[in-house]
Amino acid sequence: MEETQMADAVDRNTEHPEEHDHPGTMTYLIVAAVLTILTALEVAIFYIPALSNVIVPLLLTLTTGKFVLVVMFYMHLKMDSQIFTGVFVAPMLLAMFLVVALIVLFNVLPAYS
Amino acid sequence: MAADAHAAHPPTATGLDTWKLGFWTFLGSETLFFGSFIATYMIYAGRNVEGPLPHEVLDIPLTTISTFVLLMSSLAMVLALNAVQRGSRKGSLIWLMVTALMGLLFLGFQAYEFTHFYHVGLTLSTNLFGSSFFILTGFHGAHVSIGVIWLLILWFQTHAGRIGPSDALKVEIAGLYWHFVDIVWIVIFTLIYLLQEPG
Repeated sequence: MEETQMADAVDRNTEHPEEHDHPGTMTYLIVAAVLTILTALEVAIFYIPALSNVIVPLLLTLTTGKFVLVVMFYMHLKMDSQIFTGVFVAPMLLAMFLVVALIVLFNVLPAYS
Repeated sequence: MAADAHAAHPPTATGLDTWKLGFWTFLGSETLFFGSFIATYMIYAGRNVEGPLPHEVLDIPLTTISTFVLLMSSLAMVLALNAVQRGSRKGSLIWLMVTALMGLLFLGFQAYEFTHFYHVGLTLSTNLFGSSFFILTGFHGAHVSIGVIWLLILWFQTHAGRIGPSDALKVEIAGLYWHFVDIVWIVIFTLIYLLQEPG
């Protein structure tokens, strides 16, 4: 019964050749360790007054790193078809543009008017 | 039965599973959903005329713990998918339940935080911070709640022997949703909690 199910799973993979094998447990554990370290770094930066001048770029870099790690390894975009990446990243870039445009419109431009 | 029907699904023009492609498209639309709330929060930041203000109420140590819980729930989720793909029913049951429990724990932290804010006088209508904070984090919490219910349904289906390796896609799509909720929180944690405006 279990072997039949396994065979079904293999068949399904061959039906969708653009979808590739996922990483193993060790990769998942390493990613989790890196995510933990990056989060600890973020919180440490928050509490270090000497870094207050560079806190924004530092935190945005670390956050981007965590975001990319989860998307690439846990959501498997690194291994899967680039079409998945396209349908996710295109609206995400639009969302980022929306956020920046609204901040500029309401918080930056009024200061110059 | 459903699994057989799914396995018998004909190859698609893209070579990709249609359900998975559709779900990635949905997640793309969700980035716009949360993007608009994040933009609203950031526009209102620093424009409060009365407190409580972010630096007076936000509890970084507590939220760091809840963030860690949600991050580790993503690890549990991929381990659940891995177990389903390997045909390990016991592993599937354990990791699906661990993921759901971590989600519930995160919701518990959020419920505590919301209750605490209410007691110090911060509600949805107190000031701009209260309105934008509760809307953004509330909608995120609602997403986590849906994810927990989805995981528990998968757990019961697995327990009943209705989820096997040929149904791994069902768990993978639930996992995509769960990881998306996680990455949204990664962004919220930095923008709201760590880059907090004093006013």
